[in-house]
Parts: sequence; C-alpha cells; structure tokens
Amino acid sequence: MKYALLLYGNEKAGASATEEQIKEAYAAHGRFTEMLTERGAYLGGEALDFSSAAVTLREGAGGTLRTDGPYAETVEHLGGFYLVEARDLDEAIEFATACPEEIVEIRPVVEYQG
Amino acid sequence: MTAVEQAYREHWARLLALLTAEVRDLDLAEEALQDAFAAAVSAWPPVPGNPPAWLLTTARRRALDRLRRGALAARKLPLLIVDDPEPPSVIPDERLRLIFTCCHPALSMDARVALTLRCVGGLTTREIARMFLVPEATMAARITRAKKKIAQAGIPYRVPAGPELAERRDGVLATVYLIFTEGYAATGGDRLIRADLAAEAVALGRMLRELLPADPEVDGLLALMLCHHARRDARLGPSGELIRLPDQDRSRWHREEIHEALSLLAAVSERADPRGAGSGQTESGGASGGDPFPGPYLLQAAIAAEHAAAVRAEDTDWPAIARLYGELEQITGSAVVRLNRAVAVAEASGPGDGLKLLDGLDRMLGRHHLLHATRAEFLRRLGREREALDAYERALEVVGTDPERAFLLSRRADLSIR
Repeated sequence: MKYALLLYGNEKAGASATEEQIKEAYAAHGRFTEMLTERGAYLGGEALDFSSAAVTLREGAGGTLRTDGPYAETVEHLGGFYLVEARDLDEAIEFATACPEEIVEIRPVVEYQG
Repeated sequence: MTAVEQAYREHWARLLALLTAEVRDLDLAEEALQDAFAAAVSAWPPVPGNPPAWLLTTARRRALDRLRRGALAARKLPLLIVDDPEPPSVIPDERLRLIFTCCHPALSMDARVALTLRCVGGLTTREIARMFLVPEATMAARITRAKKKIAQAGIPYRVPAGPELAERRDGVLATVYLIFTEGYAATGGDRLIRADLAAEAVALGRMLRELLPADPEVDGLLALMLCHHARRDARLGPSGELIRLPDQDRSRWHREEIHEALSLLAAVSERADPRGAGSGQTESGGASGGDPFPGPYLLQAAIAAEHAAAVRAEDTDWPAIARLYGELEQITGSAVVRLNRAVAVAEASGPGDGLKLLDGLDRMLGRHHLLHATRAEFLRRLGREREALDAYERALEVVGTDPERAFLLSRRADLSIR
C-alpha cells in the first residue's frame, strides 16, 4: 500500500534554528531517505517552504477567493511529506517512527483500480 | 441452551478468525458467519456431527455468494476461489490474529472495545450498545467505522512479532481491562456494577491466557479481574448502594474465583523462581516473590490477592499492600496509583502519612471524586472536620454515579459539625 507521511512542525521554531541545527536536520532526513530507499519503500518526498509563502484558493459564491497563507490557522504547519510504499500500516508506522520529525501523520493513499 | 446457541458460544470467535484469514475481509467474514448461524437455526436439528465444520462450510458458501453478488454490482471486487472443503477435524486457531487486529493502536479505544466485544466476544451490537448505554445505531456505526478503518488504513491481520509483540500485547490487555473496569465500576448511569460486562472481560481474559500461555502479565490480568469480580455480590447493598471493602460480607465473595486467581499467581511465581515457591511465601504473594520485574497487571493482581486472601478486613496486610503500590507507582508513575498507595499507607501507618501522599495530586486528579473523598476520610480520622466537610463538598461536585453520590452524602452527614 502507498502511504503519505505528512510532517508537521512549529514554524517559529524552524525559523529560529541555527545553521548547525538546519544542517543536522538535513543530514537526518538524508539518512531517513537512504533507509527508505534501501527497503524499496521510497516513492518521493519534499520539504515545503514556510506557510507565509503559501497562497490558498477557495471556491466561493463570488468566484475564486485568493488568500495569503495556509488554509488552517494552526500552530503546527505542514512542513513536508514523504510518499512511501509499505506492506501494511504496521510497516508505515515503523517508517513514521524512524522519521526525524516530531509530528508525522500517516495517510493511506487512495489507489484507483482499473 | 439450544445446539445453535452452544455452538455460537463455543465457536464464534474461532470461526470468525479463520474466515477472516480466508476472505481477507472482516466485514464480509462477519456477515457470512452470521448468515451461517441463522441457517443453522432453521436447519438444526438434526445437529450435524461436526457443528463447527458445518458452520464453516456454510459460512464459506455465504461469503462466496455475497462476493458474487457484490462483484456484479461493483465489478471491482476480486472473486474468491474456494474449494468445497473436506470437513476439517481440527479448525486452526486464528483468534490471536483477530484479537491483535481488533486491538490495533491505530483504532480509538472506543472502537477497540466495541470491535473486541463484537468479533472476539461474539456479543451482538445490541448487547454491546446496551452495556455502554448508547443507542444501537450509534454502536453499529462505531463498529462499521472501525472495520472500514482496518481495511482502508491497511491494518494487518497478523500477530506482531519480535519486540513489537510485548508493546502490542499491552494494548490488548488494556482493552480487555477497560471492558472490565467499565463493568466493575461504571462511570455513568444509575447502576454501579454491570456484572455482565465484567464477566465478558473475564471470559476474554481466559481466552487470552489460552492463546498466550506462560505470559505473566496475561496471567496477572486474569487473576486481577477474578479477584475483583469475585466480590460483585458483596459490593452493593439491597438498594444498590456501595459497600466499602472493610464492610463487605466476605461470605458472599465467590471463593472459587479467588482460589483460581491465587493459584494463577502462585504458578507465576513458581515459574519465575522454582526454588523459592512454597518456602515461606504466602499463596497471595505472587508478584512480590521470584520475578524481579513484575509488570503492572501482576502487581495489581498481587494487591487484589492480598485483599482477597484476608479472612477478615482487620487481617489485611496493609504494609504489604503499601509496598506493592510503591512498586506499581514506580513503574507506572500514575497519579491514580499514588492515590491508592496513600490509602494503603494510611491504613499501615496512619492517616497523616496518607494525607501527605495526596499532596500534588489535585492538578492530575482534581476532577476525580475519589481524590477528594479520600482526603475527606483522612481529615475526618485526623479530627479535622471543617476541612473534611470542604473535601466532601468538592467530591460531590464531580461524582458521576448515583450510588457513589449517595455514599458520599451519607459520609458527609456523619460528620459531627454538620
């Protein structure tokens, strides 16, 4: 099954990270990606820019509404994602546990057949 | 009991577990098995020579029928190819897989409890709804959602292996114990004990012990539930009021259940330390001997066994209980355990020492009436009645069930300053 691992984090903490911390985080994600690749599980993944760079479009009565920033006003923002192939939820949980982020949401990907 | 009822009781979980492994769809397996039991109601008697084999064959056919009909409608479902089987002499036991799937940590606790009672316990949705005081439609929706989530999220139908097993086993034990405590000490409604629910949990505990033999925590959970369950007839007075442990008529305890619990604990400590068993150890001292690291259920069972083994309330070995609670608090860090430890310490060395242990619990347990009720009792015994009165007031603000409220009111009325 395909699963998306959605990584959430506190952007304020991310913005105030030192260069060394950022380097460390990159290295940790590098190792994580390597592990996924070795297991034949890596399908893709990206880090997302800060939510201040986001634009949200919403269909409304008066046409499309464009707003600055992300849709939801939450403390934790979506900061990146991985797409993985896992045997089942237990393996996906194993990957998410190994992922170097505090909050990881596991979402099964809907796979359309025929 | 009719032959169908008996077959249902004995074989439901085993057949559902096997069928689910075959059709790889819990929902389909459950419906097909239900069909098979319905068919048995009209086809029996004569009762077939091997009732579970008859039921399994019938359920397989029904599953196939349902799949064919579904395949016509949706055209997407894979067709199941099943040969008409020879009646098996032994039906393989897949129940453990079923249990671990129903108790998967990705499911909410509510969903785990409902699924376990339905699939493993074989209770009907209506029975489960009645036990949890919710409308049947609500419970049906909860079970359907849970089954859907198992399929959609890819929750595997498997017994976990390696280091994961212990952790997941704890989740299974927690689910069964939650079913028990909801029966033993109901959190809402007008009745204080729902013995039927507690009895289901005990039955699940027995099944777990059969499937996970020689696991001290599984034995501990069963012994713990038995010790508590044995007191059910003595815990409530004629009008449904709570009777505290020291005031209970111990002749109304179910001795055979207590005896079973004590033998379970004795066997655990013998396994942990074959030489030490029987030499100077009371039969209730299960967890405190042998194994240097007893788990939380074994410790709780040892505590319950100390109470159950006391012939009279005044024979209770409070210092031993206080020590066991100390161990339990160390491994759980639980505020509720600390509260219970305070009660044991108060009995062992006076209410003043108990009162000190309650310090700092308000932040965690402020909404829990037992904290305030316990503090009130200690203060009363210390002669600090004014403060005791305040504590009773606070307990009454947050108490949940009617019998417990009545009990608190009667204790407050006993204070001389009222």
